[in-house]
Amino acid sequence: MTDHALADHFREPVDDHGVKIAVRDLDFYYGDFHALTGIDIDIRERGVTAFIGPSGCGKSTFLRCLNRMNDLIPGTRVDGTITLDGEDIYGEGVDPVDLRRRVGMIFQQPNPFPMTIYDNVAFGPRLHGVKKKGELDEIVQKSLERANLWKEVKDIMDRNGLSLSGGQQQRLCIARVLAVEPDVMLMDEPCSAIDPTSVQKIEDLMAELKDRITIIIVTHNMQQAARVSDETAFFLQERMGEAAELVEFGRTAEIFTSPQDRRTEDYITGRFG
Amino acid sequence: MTDERRATTTLKRLSAATYLKEGALKYLFLLCAFVAVMGVALIFVFVGVRGWPVFTDVGAGDFLFGGLWHPGEGAFGILPFITGSLVVMAGALVLGAPLAVGAAVFLSEIAPPRVRAVVRPAIELLAGVPSVVYGFFGLMILRPVVADLTGGLGFGPLTAWLILAIMIVPTIATLTEDALGSIHPGIREASYAMGATTWQTIYKVLLPAAKIGIIDAIILGMGRAIGETMAVLMVVGNAAVFFQGVDMPISTLTSQIVMDMPYATDLHRTALFGMAIILFLFSMGLVGTVRLLSRFNERVR
Amino acid sequence: MDKRLSNAIALGFLWVAGITTVVVLAAVIIYVLVNGIGQMTPEFIFTRPHGVNAEGGIGPTIVSTVYVTALAMLIVTPVAILAAVYLAEYAVQGRLVRIIRFAADTLASVPSIVMGLFGLALFVEALGFDFSMLSAALALGFLMLPIVMRTTEEAIRAVPKYIRWGSYGLGASKWQTVSRTVLPAAMPRILTGIILATGRAVGETAVVIYTMGQAINVPITPMDSGRPMTVHLYLLAMEGINLPAAYGTALLLMAMILFFNLTARWLLRRSRRIR
Repeated sequence: MTDHALADHFREPVDDHGVKIAVRDLDFYYGDFHALTGIDIDIRERGVTAFIGPSGCGKSTFLRCLNRMNDLIPGTRVDGTITLDGEDIYGEGVDPVDLRRRVGMIFQQPNPFPMTIYDNVAFGPRLHGVKKKGELDEIVQKSLERANLWKEVKDIMDRNGLSLSGGQQQRLCIARVLAVEPDVMLMDEPCSAIDPTSVQKIEDLMAELKDRITIIIVTHNMQQAARVSDETAFFLQERMGEAAELVEFGRTAEIFTSPQDRRTEDYITGRFG
Repeated sequence: MTDERRATTTLKRLSAATYLKEGALKYLFLLCAFVAVMGVALIFVFVGVRGWPVFTDVGAGDFLFGGLWHPGEGAFGILPFITGSLVVMAGALVLGAPLAVGAAVFLSEIAPPRVRAVVRPAIELLAGVPSVVYGFFGLMILRPVVADLTGGLGFGPLTAWLILAIMIVPTIATLTEDALGSIHPGIREASYAMGATTWQTIYKVLLPAAKIGIIDAIILGMGRAIGETMAVLMVVGNAAVFFQGVDMPISTLTSQIVMDMPYATDLHRTALFGMAIILFLFSMGLVGTVRLLSRFNERVR
Repeated sequence: MDKRLSNAIALGFLWVAGITTVVVLAAVIIYVLVNGIGQMTPEFIFTRPHGVNAEGGIGPTIVSTVYVTALAMLIVTPVAILAAVYLAEYAVQGRLVRIIRFAADTLASVPSIVMGLFGLALFVEALGFDFSMLSAALALGFLMLPIVMRTTEEAIRAVPKYIRWGSYGLGASKWQTVSRTVLPAAMPRILTGIILATGRAVGETAVVIYTMGQAINVPITPMDSGRPMTVHLYLLAMEGINLPAAYGTALLLMAMILFFNLTARWLLRRSRRIR
């Protein structure tokens, strides 16, 4: 069996959810450096997809292609197509600013703005034109509830977001993203800078949220990928200076119990990376 | 995926209005940044136009190298002021630069944190003291001391040197400290690890490593000294003659402009603007030198 | 020479250099304080000078100084902040940026009397603003511009990248990101720069002496002339009349500068604590 046939085999739907994001033959360049090559992947709607691989394997770079965050870095270039609900996000005239509202992002370093908790969550809705106090209050409360943070902060809404603990800050960032009602949430190693008890809370949260939105998480922690995700993609840059590629993609249970590619198996069993 | 769902989630196209607004803002900001360039150009034009005739009416040679300044009799030689400015600047540098570099090395290398917490704000505050207060202090305190020492009136280069030496300390010290701070800490450790004393480390390793930064600092200190007006004016004596001794009154480009401005007319006034051109070109030249040095330095690295 | 001996001597010199700065500052402050404190009466602060010896107070000069400084600050702050936004967020390194930086550095090092004559030629005479608060404020503005520009640019650059990402990730445009997250986050340090530049303007003499005039006058409109505290001190000191009033003026000037400096430090420290 060829790699492609295998990949097709694993691309059978997990459930009856449709394809949210489809990537075809994607290549990515930082200036002269060819960073990603030939990526083909279908991300299913309302589920958790994990990107794993050794550091420097391009998984974060790929994640940032999905909401065009890479546009902010001068000299980057994308070949191939990425569609969201069948629409090309790099298509002519598409507003990357609006795309980023639809495809929210959580970063490795919790990054609350240096303003009150309330203002942090209300930031997005205000950007997009919500002005009425009552409406804002409602959105803020609902978003904090969905991020499992409401109980902890409801009495200290006017405190600076930076005064919260690391884990709380990260959930505040999640609430901030939820407040603009995205379809997709990209999480770039969201747990690597926070304490273990908070990690548990964020993983629980992901399980609750995935019924409503599509979540993609980049993690270097394989146990985490196994715990939280429905499907897993393994990326690898085979040699320094070469473009990274998608080695294997399939249901998480399959990837972790019977990987089809030798390299995936080596990585999962800890032989390198 | 149903058609219904697709309809509600179509990606927005870039709206022309947003695009225009963001673009227009960018140019507005560029315009603001260009105010600085405009400022320099306007100074050039307005001081230049007022001062230029002196180079034709008096003649560049007679103006720049003439030794006699008698505006009433049509003598507009500013060489005494040019040399006066240079004398005042040189003395201030000789006294002030070692003090400033010393203070910076002290702050960055040997001061205990508590002492540093006093000395650093003190240097910043020294930068904030108005020059007219320095001048007043020099006039009331330093001048009598100098007068006692030299037997004169105390107006002259020596008093100006003392007061200017203090005034250029903050300029030179802060920039030197920055230069020392940007040296990789490993270099220090390597030197100490080889058994060097603190002073050997400073003298043989750190000062050479920070050389370009310190030269920059001293050049900008020169600019401060040559351009200083009020403090010099109040203690230097303002006599339109060549340097005769550390306790004999002289005058500088800056102080002479302020002294003559209230009553100068016609060619006399033009000559004062001409002196301003010289000052402006000099200070611009110093800034240009610093830029060239730092670009040269980047290339070497 | 013995290695340890030379070390001791050299370090001794460095200590002297460091301590000298503090001693000089203390000397200036104490001298002005001791001689000027006796003047600090409501009469001195609020009434006009009168008579050949400028007896009485210095009220109008305080008003003039505050007026011109505030006006200069109002004019320069928006321009300088937006200019810094351009340099820090929009500009691509290249010739244009190099020219702007060179111009800003040049402006920062223009001798103050040159700036004064420039103000006289352009604002007072060519534009017909006469000796006025406006003329002086515009000339002072060019002096303050590079200071506020530089500190603001540094403040903006010090805002962490990931704060920007957070904002872009929520669908904010560039200007929304700059105006709603970056500038607020940088605000304490920007304010510090504005305050320090304002302190510079308060203490400036040569720029204002031939742009504001020297008439003792309480300015009402921006077109009114006046005499700032620095010029008053200069005239009193040089003519040797009413030295007590000169000391009083110097003390008030120093108090204002100190106030600005301490406020700036306090702001900076407070903003660091939140981080």
